[in-house]
Amino acid sequence: MRKNLNVIAAYTIMMGLIILVGIFQSWNIALSIFNLCLISAVMTMGANIQWGYAGLINFGIMGYTALGGLAAVLISVDPVQEAWSAGGSNILLSLLLIIGMVLAVRYVLKKYEKSKVRTYIIATIIIAGIIIIRFVSEPGIEAIEEVNPAKTGFLGGFGLPIIFSWIVGALFAGGLAFVIGKVALGLRADYLAIATLLISEIVIAIIKHEDWLTRGVKNVIGLKRPAPYEVNLQQTDWFINLVEKFNLSKLNLITDLTERQAALNQFVIEGSSIFVKLCYSGLFLIVVIILLILTQKALYSPWGRMMRAIRDNEEAANAMGKNVVKQHLLIFVLGSAIVGIAGAMLVTQDGLFTPGSYRPMRYTFLIWVMVIVGGSGNNFGAILGGFVVWFLWIESAPIGLYLVNLTTAGLADTHFLKVHLIESVPYFRFLMMGIGLLLIMRYRPKGILPEKIEIK
Amino acid sequence: MDYINAIVLLLNYIFVPALAYGSQLALGAIFVTLIYGILRFANFATGDMMSFGTMVTILFTWYFQSLGISLGILPTALIAIPFAIIFMVGYMLLIDKFVFKYYRVSKSPPVQLAMVSIGVMFVTQAVVRIIIGPSDRRFFDGEKFLIKAGEFKEMTGLNEGLAIKSTQVITIVVTLILVSALFWFLNKTKTGKSMRAYSDNEDLALLSGIDPKKIVMITWIIAGVLATIGGALYGLDKSFKPFTYFNNMLPIFAAAIVGGIGNPFGAFLGGYVIAFSEILLTYAYKKFFMYLLPESLEPNTLVQLLSTDYKFAVSFSILVIVLLYRPSGIFKGKIL
Repeated sequence: MRKNLNVIAAYTIMMGLIILVGIFQSWNIALSIFNLCLISAVMTMGANIQWGYAGLINFGIMGYTALGGLAAVLISVDPVQEAWSAGGSNILLSLLLIIGMVLAVRYVLKKYEKSKVRTYIIATIIIAGIIIIRFVSEPGIEAIEEVNPAKTGFLGGFGLPIIFSWIVGALFAGGLAFVIGKVALGLRADYLAIATLLISEIVIAIIKHEDWLTRGVKNVIGLKRPAPYEVNLQQTDWFINLVEKFNLSKLNLITDLTERQAALNQFVIEGSSIFVKLCYSGLFLIVVIILLILTQKALYSPWGRMMRAIRDNEEAANAMGKNVVKQHLLIFVLGSAIVGIAGAMLVTQDGLFTPGSYRPMRYTFLIWVMVIVGGSGNNFGAILGGFVVWFLWIESAPIGLYLVNLTTAGLADTHFLKVHLIESVPYFRFLMMGIGLLLIMRYRPKGILPEKIEIK
Repeated sequence: MDYINAIVLLLNYIFVPALAYGSQLALGAIFVTLIYGILRFANFATGDMMSFGTMVTILFTWYFQSLGISLGILPTALIAIPFAIIFMVGYMLLIDKFVFKYYRVSKSPPVQLAMVSIGVMFVTQAVVRIIIGPSDRRFFDGEKFLIKAGEFKEMTGLNEGLAIKSTQVITIVVTLILVSALFWFLNKTKTGKSMRAYSDNEDLALLSGIDPKKIVMITWIIAGVLATIGGALYGLDKSFKPFTYFNNMLPIFAAAIVGGIGNPFGAFLGGYVIAFSEILLTYAYKKFFMYLLPESLEPNTLVQLLSTDYKFAVSFSILVIVLLYRPSGIFKGKIL
């Protein structure tokens, strides 16, 4: 108990801050911060597995998040029958061709010794394959995109409950990580960082521009929900009764019957959105706790010890007969899969998929700030990092506004400096993140909750 | 005649724009490569440092414009650049003193320095956005075109026009002057040689009495010059928007690595490799073939290898291929 005092204290302070937001701003804001904190925590756990356990830099978090989001779309949206009949066969044929191409390349790789001729053969297979696939898929893509472009214009998905997409998102992200890991993991640390960053940009470019699959920048809106809809809630009796019970003391103060009804309606509207957010919080909390248990178990298992050995001294671990390449690939896939879950969760919560919103600042670098600030190698630290950084990211605008008002209190309200500063308040979050990261790196390089390995 | 038309078409839509874009990338890539070669880390704040330099240039340009100073047909920004460089170098040295120096002295691993540069990236981005805002700004004044498409058609009697923007010419000329000066400095002067020695083998360089503090300072000064000029030229040619500058970091990294990181000449050529391949692969060649082929063979599609949406993806794919097959880059890297 005593050993974990700092963990408990840190989490208590964090929850206290969120409750303060609830009291002073509104419970709605507090809960949406809390939900995104949980999603961020899942992402940081994924990044932490790669960086903290194994010392692999992955700057491609954005790409896996987007793939998770894509999974949410492909799983939950109902299939567009018209589009399937218009161009589905072409797309399926292209898919087969891609599989055939990969198999052909694999066959050549296995069958022939490494030589110049082999490289040329592979290059020819790939180039010819791409040209054939373009010819096959182009009419199909055009046909699909012409099907009711204002509403669909894409193939749609499988029409399953969106919760399944959390698993599928993990599979997607893990699959991509497998391919990337196969080709890029041999690179040195900083090359790997740049390579993954650029590959994630390619992933986003594809998601943005392949309209037949994702609707691209036209966005997919109105995804199914695992939680009830506010509008339905507002008309169900048990919910209205529940809200009435909660606010009985306030309602009793109002004597006039119509006013009382109006106040109750107001409470029901507010309450419904809080209730929906609470449903999400519950779901996310379950995911976070399951992942936390699994990652903690893994960290203290023989496998976790081996990962730390590989991280701290690759050559020694290699000499002890550990397969470093294989383990690196495994952990790269696992971490990315967790990030994929978070991506699917994010889209589930938003109810919409907007490929244009995936930017490296928000989805890669911010997550890294979370991992570093929280404490790499320590799961509790990573989760805390997700909470602290997301909280500051959201609340830095109000804090910045307060500071600006404080420092320019002597100036008139129309003074150009004051107006300019108040306009630029949203950018104080970048400043805060940057300074926070620099200070932590300098004075507490292991993060708020440093890695602590006890032998059990 | 058709052949000349086809060539002018390629010049107008591929060669001239790619040369200008490549020059802008090349300056950024040399900046990345110098930092990597001498200070030994991947600087993720590259794009934002360039945007900082450009912002200072813009502020000085506005100041000069308000004073009524102008260069006639040349953009006012050209007078503003030297002042901006002084400012930028000061900012770089300040960052180095308060941020990077600590990690350099304590010999931290390069990964940690790269992380620190992410912190610098956040701060710089915030400073730029707080001072000048996130919106699109144009600060070009003076004569816009050197040759207009219409004039060219009249002059030569061809069907295809060739338009050359004055910013493109300025970009190419300034880049050539700057890069030759830099190579002269690195190869001929004593300081430049000691920089190369330091990059090649730090311990040996220190043994032979090279002062590391001086080397580091000069590196940041050169970096400041490159960042400001590269950023300002890009802003003059296109427009200034902090977010675009952040994104430009990616093709710049690609250029530096393709050319062999740590090798300034490689970075210089890498910039053009990236720019040309981006534009060559995403250009629609339909019109080009219409000039060259007889009517019966004319293509009925756009003859575009990739849609322009994938412009960035092209350079990244090149980078990934280079990293896989020749991790040291096309020109052997890691020697300055």
